[in-house]
Amino acid sequence: MTTISENPKAPAAATAQESAATGLIGFLPPKAARALALGGGVLTVASCFLAWTWTPRFPGDLTVTGYPGGLQLQVLVLGALTTLFALSSYGVKGTRWLTPAGADPAVRLATIATFATTWFTVGAISVELGGPVNLEPGGVVAAVATLLGLLGGLGLPFERPALLPLDPEDTGWDRFKHRAGNGWSTFKAAFATGPVRRLPAMNSAVEILIITAVLAVALGVFTYGVGTEYDELFLGFLITTGLGFAAVNKSGLTQQATTLTGKHQNLSIAGAFIAAALFPFTQTDDQYATLGVYILIFATVALGLNIVVGLAGLLDLGYVAFLGVGAYAAALVSGAPTSPSGLHLPFWAAVLVGAVASLIFGVLIGAPTLRLRGDYLAIVTLGFGEIFRIAVNNTDGTSGPDITNGSNGIASIPNLNIFGFDFGVEHTIAGFTIGRFANYFFLMLLIMAVVVLVFRRSGDSRIGRAWVAIREDETAALAMGINGFRVKLIAFALGASLAGLAGTVQAHVTYTVTPEQYLFAGPIPPNSAFLLAAVVLGGMGTMSGPLVGAALLFLIPNKLQFLGEFQLLAFGVALILLMRFRPEGMIANRRRQLEFHEKDETPATLAKAGA
Amino acid sequence: MTTTTNQAGATTSQATPEKVLDARGVTMRFGGLTAVREVDLTVNSGEIVGLIGPNGAGKTTFFNCLTGLYVPTEGEVRYKGTVLPPTSFKVTAAGIARTFQNIRLFGNMSVLENVLVGRHTRMKQGLWSAVLRLPGFRRTEEEATRRAMELLEFIGLAHKAEHLARNLPYGEQRKLEIARALASDPGLLLLDEPTAGMNPQETRAVEELIFAIRDQGIAVLVIEHDMRFIFNLCDRVAVLVQGQKLIEGDSQTVQSDERVIAAYLGEPIDEAPSTKAPADEAPTDEAPAAPAKAAETAEDTDTDADTGSDDAEAADDAPAEDDDTPADTADAPKDAAPGKENDA
Repeated sequence: MTTISENPKAPAAATAQESAATGLIGFLPPKAARALALGGGVLTVASCFLAWTWTPRFPGDLTVTGYPGGLQLQVLVLGALTTLFALSSYGVKGTRWLTPAGADPAVRLATIATFATTWFTVGAISVELGGPVNLEPGGVVAAVATLLGLLGGLGLPFERPALLPLDPEDTGWDRFKHRAGNGWSTFKAAFATGPVRRLPAMNSAVEILIITAVLAVALGVFTYGVGTEYDELFLGFLITTGLGFAAVNKSGLTQQATTLTGKHQNLSIAGAFIAAALFPFTQTDDQYATLGVYILIFATVALGLNIVVGLAGLLDLGYVAFLGVGAYAAALVSGAPTSPSGLHLPFWAAVLVGAVASLIFGVLIGAPTLRLRGDYLAIVTLGFGEIFRIAVNNTDGTSGPDITNGSNGIASIPNLNIFGFDFGVEHTIAGFTIGRFANYFFLMLLIMAVVVLVFRRSGDSRIGRAWVAIREDETAALAMGINGFRVKLIAFALGASLAGLAGTVQAHVTYTVTPEQYLFAGPIPPNSAFLLAAVVLGGMGTMSGPLVGAALLFLIPNKLQFLGEFQLLAFGVALILLMRFRPEGMIANRRRQLEFHEKDETPATLAKAGA
Repeated sequence: MTTTTNQAGATTSQATPEKVLDARGVTMRFGGLTAVREVDLTVNSGEIVGLIGPNGAGKTTFFNCLTGLYVPTEGEVRYKGTVLPPTSFKVTAAGIARTFQNIRLFGNMSVLENVLVGRHTRMKQGLWSAVLRLPGFRRTEEEATRRAMELLEFIGLAHKAEHLARNLPYGEQRKLEIARALASDPGLLLLDEPTAGMNPQETRAVEELIFAIRDQGIAVLVIEHDMRFIFNLCDRVAVLVQGQKLIEGDSQTVQSDERVIAAYLGEPIDEAPSTKAPADEAPTDEAPAAPAKAAETAEDTDTDADTGSDDAEAADDAPAEDDDTPADTADAPKDAAPGKENDA
């Protein structure tokens, strides 16, 4: 085995390794494979400028030569990525920085991503228009180019892991399992990356520029995703971003970006908020700002839940009820004509009322149950969620006192008007038209900023450490002088009031509050199950995790309308797969990552514990 | 962390003994089982007191009574003159810190964070202070971190402050537990088997660490199985057998006490059963042992012999008030068997 040079994939090193290391497919010599990957990438880029089909009936209009549209654009981006990574694997000057963790795994994944998106597109064209006949030469070129690229990518050499020898006495099934295990470890090794090169020392201005660029890319990707107009485009988007992000991850770029953002944390968060605030300006009409504001509401509530579940480890299955309490409280004092109370308070007062009402309910639910350990809280909160909905349904004046207007809910909640700024009408800021939902988007962003602030600051303090300590080991935490009940109650009440805060805005955004908006599980987020899923999927205990999780969980049902009835099934399958292969969530907390992948990274550190 | 000054420190601090811990007649019952019966124990300032006894003697139960994890059924525990509050976090706030027999670190927190959690009771800022970053927040936080780093320096883990606690080797985890307990600035440190599972070098290091802690003016109460360790370390040793205190005194007294030897080594009995044992079946093995012993001391061992197979019952029936009278050896034979596996 040769030692790994700084760029192990340089051709010289590759020839030396030739005998020992071959690619996932063996018949290609490494040199040819590398050339194929590069050629495939270049050809893919070129093919995007050709017509892929003859009729504009396939959405996105892929008939224009010289101008990539729709899915072609995604393929173009991936093709370019493959080309760049392949160039980097050749050690071409100026592209080396692209692959700080070694180029080959990145190239391999990039070719897979390009192949997947292209063949998805070609397949979709063939299926929808009735056969591959409908492909123009450009489409065929793209398909062949990506296939060649894929072969090249898979032919790239990698260091094979030591395989366990087969035991001749095994039964057939055991042999099969054994072979499968060996195959899997080989497959994993094909995507294993080396350590990430350290970033060169840079001027902090340059670092900030890089962070800005990263945020701009993120905003671009998000805006593109929200703005996808048809199912094929969104599916392609999922494939492209999923695999493309994996490729970039393998190249080590994300890790370097994380290092940078970690270094300038406050600045990065502020930058992210600015990027988010720019989102409405990228939209021409209010349609996607609607999605934006709903995502923000969902994400804010998920982040609040993350304090309760992620930090303090209290499983709350009825969290959406606190959102409901806040929303109802705000609706009751909003001056809506159907509001039984008839009060009309200014917004700041309504926000206070909503948050305090949720806080009170949080304390009421928490105080008797938080003294117990384990699953009791989950059961009680699950019950509370249902009780809230049914109680609101029944307090309609006939089966109970008229407090909430029953199942009709409180309708036509007036738009907010803060300091003369009417949220209901369009405004023009610097030549951009900002519609109703965009107005609320900004307000919601403000609320989210508050929640982010509370999350970060409380998490990084005496009380935050106490939460984590209680989650880790309650007995030991008590012995450290932590008043477990009090600390848990604070977490619970804080989470509740943050949800109530989001609820006050939600009431105004949706015009109407009805009990049916606050279910335990339902097709439309936010509901308790989806909130919990957003936290778990995104990454418990992290700040960005629930935000990413919420955005995905909201966009996917919204964009993939054709899934219809199977939506929840698909969601369940996705959840199981994610929990199997990445239990720490999409955005891993440093702690969680170690917790779940201890075996991979820290061999036998506790081996002496049994002594 | 040298041990050269230890002996001197010990003798000087004896000059003005203040009762740090004063447990009087502590009894703990779980239903019909009396795990701890009428135990008196005092720990003076600047003292290292050891608590030994065979497995199941009630050491950890007694410990839990001292730390508020259990509320004693009878008796009271005073810390520096005030009766201990009944919850464990208040006990810690009052000034008694402890470690656990099975390591109970916060595995997914960093080493430094673990110690900072230990500092919890000595920091006062709450949620508002943290969220609004009120003026005192940064100062308290810095002060706490400084103190935590001092402690890590003290136990020699400062270079691993950012490691996850779960990734530390076993011996260092034990040390970290001690540092975490020390972070609450206790007046009394309770160590529950601090050297369990350690090799002789590590044990020696822990010994030095405990001496160093004592030199800081913190009284220490140690539970241990390791006899050599405990007799080297402690100014006074109390022996707990069957939930009762058998004897208390300096190492010499305890080591030479017959009943302790009997409890731990069970030597005098070995001859007796060999004549009778073949006739008896295994569970009642102890029954012939007791009469054999009774011949020597002529005390009321009959009750114990009858119920010798049921420890809980025996403990309930046994006279409680005579646990310090030297003539009473009633309890010793019963513990011969369980004691054997524990001798160091």
